[in-house]
Amino acid sequence: MDPLVLVLATPLLGGVLLGLWGHRERAGELNAGMSLLTLAASVWLTVIVVRDGPLTVWGEWFFVDPLNVFLVTLTAFVGFTTSLFSRPYMRIERDHGKMTPGRMRLFHSMYQLFNGMMLVALTTNNLGILWVAMEAATLTTVLLVSVYRTPASLEAAWKYFILCGVGIAQALFGTILLYLAAERAIGGGEGALLWTHLAQSKHLLDPGILSLAFVFLLLGYGTKVGLVPVHNWLPDAHAEGPTPISAVLSGLLLNVALYALLRCKVLADGALANGLPGRMMIGFGLVTVVVAAFFLSRQRDVKRMFAYSSIEHMGLMTFAFGLGGPIANFAGLLHMTVHALVKSAIFFAVGHAAQKAGSQAMEDIRGLLKVNPTVGWGLMLGSLAILGMPPFGVFASEFLILTTAMREAPWATPFLLVALGVAFAAIFGRVQPMVFGETSLRPLAHPPALLPVFVHLGLALLLGLYIPPYLDGWYRQAAQMIGG
Amino acid sequence: MNTLLSQSINLFAVVLLVLAFAMIAQRRILTLIHLFTLQGAALAAATLIVGYLTGQHHLYFSGVLTFVLKVVLIPILLHRVIRRLNVRWDVETLFNIPTTMLIGIVLVIFAFNLAAPIAGLSESVARGTLGIALACVLLSFLMMIVRAKAVPQVIGFLSMENGLFFAATAATSGMPMIVELGIAFDVLVGILILGVFMFQIREQFDSLDIRHLEKLKED
Amino acid sequence: MSIVGLFAQLLAILLALALAPLLTGWVNQWRAWLQNRRAPGLLQPYRVLHKLFNKESVVAEHATPIFRVAPYIMFGCMALACGIAPTLSTDLPLAPAADAIALVGLFALARVFISLAAMDIGTSFGTLGARREMLIGFLAEPALLMVLFSASLITQSTSLAMIVETLAHQPFAIYPSLAVAGVAFTMVSLAENARVPVDNPATHLELTMIHEALILEYSGRHLALVEWAASLKLFAYSCIGLALFVPWGVAEAGTPLAILFAIPMLVVKLAVGGVLLALIETINAKMRLFRVPEFLATAFLLAVIALLVHVLLGA
Repeated sequence: MDPLVLVLATPLLGGVLLGLWGHRERAGELNAGMSLLTLAASVWLTVIVVRDGPLTVWGEWFFVDPLNVFLVTLTAFVGFTTSLFSRPYMRIERDHGKMTPGRMRLFHSMYQLFNGMMLVALTTNNLGILWVAMEAATLTTVLLVSVYRTPASLEAAWKYFILCGVGIAQALFGTILLYLAAERAIGGGEGALLWTHLAQSKHLLDPGILSLAFVFLLLGYGTKVGLVPVHNWLPDAHAEGPTPISAVLSGLLLNVALYALLRCKVLADGALANGLPGRMMIGFGLVTVVVAAFFLSRQRDVKRMFAYSSIEHMGLMTFAFGLGGPIANFAGLLHMTVHALVKSAIFFAVGHAAQKAGSQAMEDIRGLLKVNPTVGWGLMLGSLAILGMPPFGVFASEFLILTTAMREAPWATPFLLVALGVAFAAIFGRVQPMVFGETSLRPLAHPPALLPVFVHLGLALLLGLYIPPYLDGWYRQAAQMIGG
Repeated sequence: MNTLLSQSINLFAVVLLVLAFAMIAQRRILTLIHLFTLQGAALAAATLIVGYLTGQHHLYFSGVLTFVLKVVLIPILLHRVIRRLNVRWDVETLFNIPTTMLIGIVLVIFAFNLAAPIAGLSESVARGTLGIALACVLLSFLMMIVRAKAVPQVIGFLSMENGLFFAATAATSGMPMIVELGIAFDVLVGILILGVFMFQIREQFDSLDIRHLEKLKED
Repeated sequence: MSIVGLFAQLLAILLALALAPLLTGWVNQWRAWLQNRRAPGLLQPYRVLHKLFNKESVVAEHATPIFRVAPYIMFGCMALACGIAPTLSTDLPLAPAADAIALVGLFALARVFISLAAMDIGTSFGTLGARREMLIGFLAEPALLMVLFSASLITQSTSLAMIVETLAHQPFAIYPSLAVAGVAFTMVSLAENARVPVDNPATHLELTMIHEALILEYSGRHLALVEWAASLKLFAYSCIGLALFVPWGVAEAGTPLAILFAIPMLVVKLAVGGVLLALIETINAKMRLFRVPEFLATAFLLAVIALLVHVLLGA
């Protein structure tokens, strides 16, 4: 059997199964089990791709190359660890009365479907299906963001739906334009939206159409990535939804959206040959980094603050991919990986900290180290990692991005440095009293699952110190595929 | 006969555009739904004609799908929602209507300008229609911005989808079937979720005024 | 200037003068029928005109000559407008001098004088009517110009006769821009001719009346002329609409016999148009005065869309 079948079918079937299974005991375990199966299948898929090179499956409907297989593995991995984390987390939420059995069922079922849709988006060869899967991934999470039914969560979910809906509609228009160009270059029909076909004949695509198409695609998928000025949904959705959802939104969905943007950029680059897509991404990325850093410093809600940090890092990646070239692309991919790992780890720790304090406001969370040392250390180390402290992986990737920026776009480096500095001061200043300091709060009722936090941080540390040769080769290949 | 048919696509395009304008100018939610239904019908008709002219038979299917979804199913759903929520006569916009329409005209000019060079390239039956489709999308976008209520926003969203669908049909003689099916599915699921959502909002705020949804601001 | 052309021109004006009250009567009759009322006779407008002409004309003490002159000017403008609108033939001696812009100017001239006359007496109703009339005029005129320009763009000429001739001679084609312009034109005509939903010619309600407030002080032959001019205006607008959007059947230059055919054609088209007008007036409610600017803005907008669409699609 094809491993890809397993990768895609497991979460989709899991969603149905968990929907039927309902709120019975062991739903959390079943959820984690399905995610583990997905992870196993994606590892298998990775092994095959590493061994045999890119493969197209099922009459070219699906396409796996080094670029997306690494994201598939990352998605499956974070999906699995988040499901581990969500088991005790959601149980505590239930005890607090925030989750009813019906909502638990919705959560588990939609969680699997969300993972499934992201994996479809990553592996599909058809840019139309990519769009459909992105939209479907949004739809599965809308009801999860509003699952607590508080006014704020409803507002966040409404914004999430409407803004992402509008954004993704722009992306659809871009896709239509792309199809229009493809129809003229390689003929219409089913093949005209297949990425493999388009990539082969990207030089034939009409530059006029492609530049317009890329503007729409950048705005559309950029909404999902969280690029300023179309980022407004992101902090709200992250802050008001359940923490496992914040973790996967930040760690995975944003990556998938960026991946979609990268695929489109390759085509636009090929057709235009004037570096316009890259320059646009540099501009959007830089603005995003700066604006997010300053907004970040003004937050009081801990999840909101880290949501802005996600925006900042997505901007940094967009900037890196905009620069292009082997080193910047390599750094961007590395940053995607470590950001996904570290940010989800932070959300895990923050989730438990907020549960303990009964509030997401940072001034209410104090003295984590006294009561739950593991949570405290997790948050502290995670924050250090995301701020780019050596020896974590984020340092390596940010260092690479900065050095490339100094060479390719020196005017941008001061902005980047200022933004990173502001973010550093803000996050470190806020996290420090949360971790240390005095408290009278009681420990949590259920033992928190903090294994995922330290696994993620450990991996990020590993990537900072030493990138295994096969992983290195893999990133290099992927970076080459993005080209630019 | 065929020339007349291909000219009628342009006519339908203009009908879509005018309906998009009418939606911006409309105050009553009930009329808004009627306009949306009309727009769906025009879209379905245009899709069928393009299908006939280009011999792309999957467009027949897509036209029928559009009809079922946008003329029958979604309007019925919307009617039920507004009846259950009792919001048939809501009359609020954030700007006054003539101003909105003037902005609309500017958007149309912008869209036409943007699309004019591209429209000239395409060999498709209805080449000029890309600009109109883009204008429809932007107008619906405008409508979503200026409306303070949830239902009109949703209708704006759906009408934007209409514009996109029209772009896909008229400019490219139809996206691949599987993609269209996927899009239709997403729209349907989206509207269902929105329906659920409106009840949740209503339950929480006793109103569908989305100005209640402005608590989450940057401080 | 050919003899035939001169004849056609004379015939067109005479026909307009004769038929205009009939058209008004026809519309009123249908309106009554559609509203389940008993209708006045078709010839009622003639009877009214006859009665008014035989009555003494009372003029206010403070009236200046403008008040006396205005009805004649208005009547003259409308008669001239009917003359330059290609109702029967496109071979008209007056046509080269008067294009679409001049036509709009004629209507404006009449409007200015009747408004001045209304203010002349100094009654509050007159001033109020004048103000409302100018409001409508100032919004309707650009819309009307835009409509005429859309047609001009298609035919590359602002001369009405040329427009009609070109349109009538093309193989049948769907012009989306003309379709939109047609809707806009209908809206403008409703406003300009004081019909429902903008004004109601049948009431004298101070809150809503526009046209009636203007002519409240007129009596006798002056009133007859004003009423006749209003009929002529409706006739002129109908003819322009028919000429632009249903141009078939209008006689061309050098075909004298076609004029004979054009007359019944015109009557049929006007009859159908009249019924449609009555229908519109029946199914719409009169809107509040404050909504009128919005209504006319919509008309203007549609006309602009028509222009833009023409530029984009070339059709």
